[in-house]
Amino acid sequence: MATILIDGRACPARTDENLLQACLEAGADLPYFCWHPELGSVGACRQCAVKQFSGPDDKTGRIVMACMTPVTDGTILSIDDAQAREFRAGVVEWLMTNHPHDCPVCPEGGECHLQDMTVMTGHDRRRYRFTKRTHRNQDLGPFINHEMNRCIGCYRCVRFYRDYAGGEDLAAFGAHNDLYFGRYEDGALENAFSGNLVEICPTGVFTDKPFSRIYSRKWDMRGAPSVCAHCAVGCNTIVNARQGTVRRVINRYHDAVNRYFLCDRGRYGHGFTSAPTRPRAPMMRQDGIPVPVSIATALERFAAMAADGPIVGIGSTRASLESNFALRALTGAARFSTGLTQPDHDLAMLVPALLRATQARNPSLHDMESADAVLVLGEDVCVTAPRLGLALRQTLRRAAYPAADTARVPHWMDAAVRMLGTDAPSPLLVLTPAPTDLDPVAATTHRAAPDTLARLGFAIAHRIDASAPDAPDLSETEIQLADRLASALRAARRPLIVAGLQYANAALLHAAANIATALHAAGTDPALSLVMPDCNSMGMALLGGLPLDDVRAMARAGRIGTLVVMENDLTRRLDATALHDLLSAVPHLVVIDHIATPLTHVAELALPAASFAESGGTLVSTEGRAQRFLPAVLPDMPVQESWRWAQHLTHTMTDSPHWTDLDQIIAAMAQDITALSRVGSAAPGADYRLDGRRVRSEPARISGRTAVRANISVRDRPLPQSPDTPLSPSMEGAYTPDMPGALVPFYQVPGWNSVQSLNRFQQEIGGPMRGGDAGIRLLDDAPQALPDWHYDIPAPFSFGPDDFLLLPEHRLFGTEELSALSPPIAARAAPAALRLGTLPAGLADGTLASITLAGEPVTLPVRHDPALPPGIALCPPHLAARAFNAPIRVRLRRVDAP
Amino acid sequence: MSTADTPLPAELRARIADLARTEHQPRAASVSALTMVQERFGWVSDAHLLETASLLGMSPADLDGIATYFNLIFRRPVGRHVIMLCDSVSCWIMGRDTVCARLQARLGIRPGETTPDGAVTLLPIVCLGHCDHAPAMLVDRTLHGDLDAETAERLADGLRGAAS
Amino acid sequence: MSPSERPLTAMIGLPDGPPDCAAYGRAGGWQAVRRALRDMTPEAVIDLVTASKLRGRGGAGFGTGQKWSFVPRDPAATRRKYLIANADEMEPGTFKDRLLLEGNPLQLIEGMIVAGYAIQAGHGVIFLRGEYHLALERLNHAIAEAREVGWLGENILGSGFGFEIHVHASGGRYICGEETALLTALEGRRAQPRSKPPFPQVGGLWGAPSVVNNVETLCNLPHIVTNGAAWFLSLGLGPDSGTKIYGVSGRVRRPGAWELPMGTPLREIIEQHAGGMRDGYRLRAFLPGGASTAFLDAGQIDVTMDYGTVEKAGSRLGTGLAILLDDRTCPVGMLHNLEHFFAQESCGWCTPCRDGLPWVERLLGAIESGTGEPEDLDRLHDHARMLGPMGRTFCAHAPGAMAPLASGLKLFREDFDAHIHQRRCPLRETA
Ligand SMILES: Cc1cc2nc3c(=O)[nH]c(=O)nc-3n(C[C@H](O)[C@H](O)[C@H](O)COP(=O)(O)O)c2cc1C
Ligand code: SF4
Ligand code: FES
Repeated sequence: MATILIDGRACPARTDENLLQACLEAGADLPYFCWHPELGSVGACRQCAVKQFSGPDDKTGRIVMACMTPVTDGTILSIDDAQAREFRAGVVEWLMTNHPHDCPVCPEGGECHLQDMTVMTGHDRRRYRFTKRTHRNQDLGPFINHEMNRCIGCYRCVRFYRDYAGGEDLAAFGAHNDLYFGRYEDGALENAFSGNLVEICPTGVFTDKPFSRIYSRKWDMRGAPSVCAHCAVGCNTIVNARQGTVRRVINRYHDAVNRYFLCDRGRYGHGFTSAPTRPRAPMMRQDGIPVPVSIATALERFAAMAADGPIVGIGSTRASLESNFALRALTGAARFSTGLTQPDHDLAMLVPALLRATQARNPSLHDMESADAVLVLGEDVCVTAPRLGLALRQTLRRAAYPAADTARVPHWMDAAVRMLGTDAPSPLLVLTPAPTDLDPVAATTHRAAPDTLARLGFAIAHRIDASAPDAPDLSETEIQLADRLASALRAARRPLIVAGLQYANAALLHAAANIATALHAAGTDPALSLVMPDCNSMGMALLGGLPLDDVRAMARAGRIGTLVVMENDLTRRLDATALHDLLSAVPHLVVIDHIATPLTHVAELALPAASFAESGGTLVSTEGRAQRFLPAVLPDMPVQESWRWAQHLTHTMTDSPHWTDLDQIIAAMAQDITALSRVGSAAPGADYRLDGRRVRSEPARISGRTAVRANISVRDRPLPQSPDTPLSPSMEGAYTPDMPGALVPFYQVPGWNSVQSLNRFQQEIGGPMRGGDAGIRLLDDAPQALPDWHYDIPAPFSFGPDDFLLLPEHRLFGTEELSALSPPIAARAAPAALRLGTLPAGLADGTLASITLAGEPVTLPVRHDPALPPGIALCPPHLAARAFNAPIRVRLRRVDAP
Repeated sequence: MSTADTPLPAELRARIADLARTEHQPRAASVSALTMVQERFGWVSDAHLLETASLLGMSPADLDGIATYFNLIFRRPVGRHVIMLCDSVSCWIMGRDTVCARLQARLGIRPGETTPDGAVTLLPIVCLGHCDHAPAMLVDRTLHGDLDAETAERLADGLRGAAS
Repeated sequence: MSPSERPLTAMIGLPDGPPDCAAYGRAGGWQAVRRALRDMTPEAVIDLVTASKLRGRGGAGFGTGQKWSFVPRDPAATRRKYLIANADEMEPGTFKDRLLLEGNPLQLIEGMIVAGYAIQAGHGVIFLRGEYHLALERLNHAIAEAREVGWLGENILGSGFGFEIHVHASGGRYICGEETALLTALEGRRAQPRSKPPFPQVGGLWGAPSVVNNVETLCNLPHIVTNGAAWFLSLGLGPDSGTKIYGVSGRVRRPGAWELPMGTPLREIIEQHAGGMRDGYRLRAFLPGGASTAFLDAGQIDVTMDYGTVEKAGSRLGTGLAILLDDRTCPVGMLHNLEHFFAQESCGWCTPCRDGLPWVERLLGAIESGTGEPEDLDRLHDHARMLGPMGRTFCAHAPGAMAPLASGLKLFREDFDAHIHQRRCPLRETA
């Protein structure tokens, strides 16, 4: 720690940061544009000018850019200095020479960093009397609006998009003051993180397109802390809502998880909550026809069903712990299913078991960024856990640090660090069946079937620690590759192994665990990350239950009277025959869901559930971090949380357990399930009070609260209330930058209305939240078993001339269940095709081929992808056949176009 | 009309690929590659930009960001001859504005434009390092100095005559 | 003057064009490479050049030997290093490097070998202005010949030192002449300058140690190595050593460039070498060393053209090629022309330069054309004050642009006022 003098005030500062950071951390209002806490400094905008003095006797001083000046002990600087102020006001005035005065119609208005900085510098008179330049805007696809005239040329967009996220299709064009930031031609931005441009751009050049259609000012929306439901990474989000609808999702900073960025699936996937097809009333089948009924009628019908025999519940990896636990309470643990078929179920259970038993760190995303060697073993994380893929990409920047240290360049000097790292070897080693977005920046890529990759993994572990079993019958090239990768990993200090469930291959997980164990024994500090598929896969694994196969057996044996399926579209899990067999062996089917699925249409009773945006609950991420989401919209009855429905159903038969709010159910769950004993600490409960008050969910400036429904009724509506959240439903309540990270409903402090105000909520910039980070890691205190090798080494992969192993091709857009129902995501989903590395005789690119999937013939166009290994075919899960989810052997038949 | 849509000749592609290989990173060849394309076709068309980008393993946006940055890469068609008339200070003092006005009148175009017959494009250019012979202009690859309105007009006439 | 008194240009202007390798050798060339590579350690070369007090001729005047000494001399001699000749000459009013490039490319090549040897760089790059077509041809020809003869390539003269040169023709942008932007350009990126540190000597091209030297700087090296530091010191008239290519453009009888002793008075250059002002024109003011140097008044014509003296007079030696403003040329128009250049050539990276210079240009344009307002002068002063000092903009481009403006506002105050009050250019009719 150093001490610096800011306008005479002694402030503590870290020596590894720059003066801008130090000033912001000291609470000073120093404006900036091009600097970003995650992107570092490049000194382009010149907005952060301060006066620096060489010593107490220096009265003249020198104007420096705070963001480009390292902190040293005893630095004397002035923000208030007249010259510095004049210069900063000048910078905004220069920016304004071309910036349109269109704030009233600009979606950024009210949360615009440029507005904040303009006010902060005091620039309020237009003196430039010449014309402004104008640009043509581009159609950038369904996510992003483009309004280039508002550009202030800070270069943040391209620095984020290209340097940080690896995007290629956004660039800076032109020169001098004729700059243009856009694509080569109109078209959707390709990078998976394009939506972050909305938050990265300090003004209204890139704005949220779906949001602009249901636009509301930031100050007119309610916010609630939430957790992304579209993969298992558990990115923290804020859901903004108004008038009972979700308007948008933005990033909520979590130091260890998503930090400043979300993937596009997470940002734009919320559209399913507003789908017109959403069930809004209980539907009961009468004479074979579903009709809307009251809650009471629905519950009466359920009571009648319950008399018909045992109730079995099928839970869901996309539902909260609380909802699953409530369902389990309805049926009893012995009749509660995880909703996963046997292989998926076993794999899900394997993951926490391996993470607990392996003496490697189970890393957070932020931890992963500092790995110095990364082995990705058989998982395309860029699509199964996109934000995790972005974290892995950051290891490249770290690879430049040694060169930067030699040249004594601080790590936040972004451009210099990247330049010095030009020749730094990439730490990424990517072994996957199909190409991934990380390939272009990887040191090694290798394509092979999952079994083959697992064998390589075993071989690598053996080469690191000879007591680990080796894979027999490796080819010469495989031996060389294993040797090379093993020595690369062993040479690292903080190696990271990443595997996952994408290809439902247990051997990959075992091999990954062996490598991690071997690396630990070899004295490195390894980390092991295992990627699960759904937002609550890990929660379900910790909760436990029966595999679906057991439910099927119970049904066949006539031991199910009523089957309650909660937030689980079984058509995505079971093929048509199996599902038909199951349903026809069950007298009564009850479905609780917030989306319309084939199952809600055939259910005897379909109950409308609340989506994540309308309920509170807990999800456990793939890292074992339990995180709470809180309702942004308080739903109108009869829509209610799945767990409330489960409770209602329970109470048709018995009075206990009786949970009336979320905290009660959490307490019961913590009591009942050892692995979840600490989930209560994921977030403060509903009784949390800040300065004796609830936390407000609406900004103090909300306008027209009583007028928004004036076209319907001029009477004030009572505000909806919820016992599940410590957030008040209105602008009444407390709000400070010290509030717990788990409760932050929006970011705003005096003078800072944009997301940049986040700086004020952190203990230090880029560090934990002042009020503590959200969530609680559940696997950390797990007992560490002695290292034990896994020996299930698969046989080499084999295939015939027409015989392929069909692997699920997960995609960023279109294969994840909920986001696929969101219109902007659906617009980006490409049609299904069959990708083949080698084309059997008679098949050419574009010809149609038929395969049998989930028991049914499916015809797909063939795409030749020479990057795929022989014998492997790829097809998106759930798109061609709903239930196709895991590798299967297929034979191809040519189909002649009709 | 122009050959802007025809693929790059194999020999040119090979030269670009060779150059990219000898550089520390292929992108280092971007300006040279664009220049080579331009020397052949007069300008860099969209089709040629795409082709060049793929030869260099760059995205079209990336390469176009470079093409549009530099003064000497033309992303719009130019005439068969390009007149670049210096507009920097020494030439300005020595009367380049008069020369420019006469050239404009003679050619019937303004700076940045091409004569309707496609013969001549007139462009301003920064100091050509020929200040001791100001005003100066570069006609294609040849430097001309000590211009006055008449010599400039004669040169322009010659270009149109020779071109038609 | 004897050839040894104007070493840089002695072989320039020969009837047969630039000398080939053999002719170059006959006229005294290649001695420096022989001496350096055979008889001197790299450190000795650096020491010699430091002792010669050679200062960079690219405009900033930094000591060349000192610049080289920052290149890491770690035992990792296998490390890639680069020696780059800055031949981007784009400073308005400057035409000295073209003379050297076209006139005697082998001299530059020899200088580069010496410099490359001194810093132990294996790669030489000539960053050449794209418009210099003749120079490109001649350089490529000379490099090919030198390579054939063995002056370039591996193991030159059996010394174990290998050196290659290639020419990069620029896509054209003034900022490419700024040494860090030049490096960015060589990497195939938009040529934006880089922050220092890291200095190029530590982290330059592709992150490797690199030295950027101006063409004229490099051309001095063979002569320094051949004739020694004392000889070089003796060439200068004042505090600075060596010769300098000086030049004059504007309304003089014989505009041109001449190699003269460092520290030659400007009056001598204008009156003797350039033949004085043309009939009917009087010298009013001048930019001593290119567009980005401050105006000096005609009364300061006796300034001696060395770094310190010009600076004391209130300007910079810059490139050493003076641009003269005569009494019949409108100073407001001249400033407008200059600022148009600087605004156009701003790279677009930092705000004050990108958006400030176009404002300046438009203000000057308005005043020149008679639509200026009295407040416009305040705005111009604001810009000169805010952009002038180093460190406020990302690189020296904007301070360079402000040098003529700030000095011009002072010197030509009456002209500005006249334009604004008469709402026209008072010189327009009379010119
Ligand atoms: C805007 C700008 C343009 C420049 N242009 C040139 C140039 O064209 N040629 C040159 O040699 N130096 C130019 N320089 C100076 C270089 O940055 C650098 O100082 C010089 O090449 C170093 O060589 P020297 O030490 O031999 O003088 C320029 C500097 C700036 C700020
Ligand atoms: S578009 Fe936005 S982010 Fe990009 S340079 Fe302009 S203002 Fe900055
Ligand atoms: S924030 Fe410091 S220069 Fe932009």
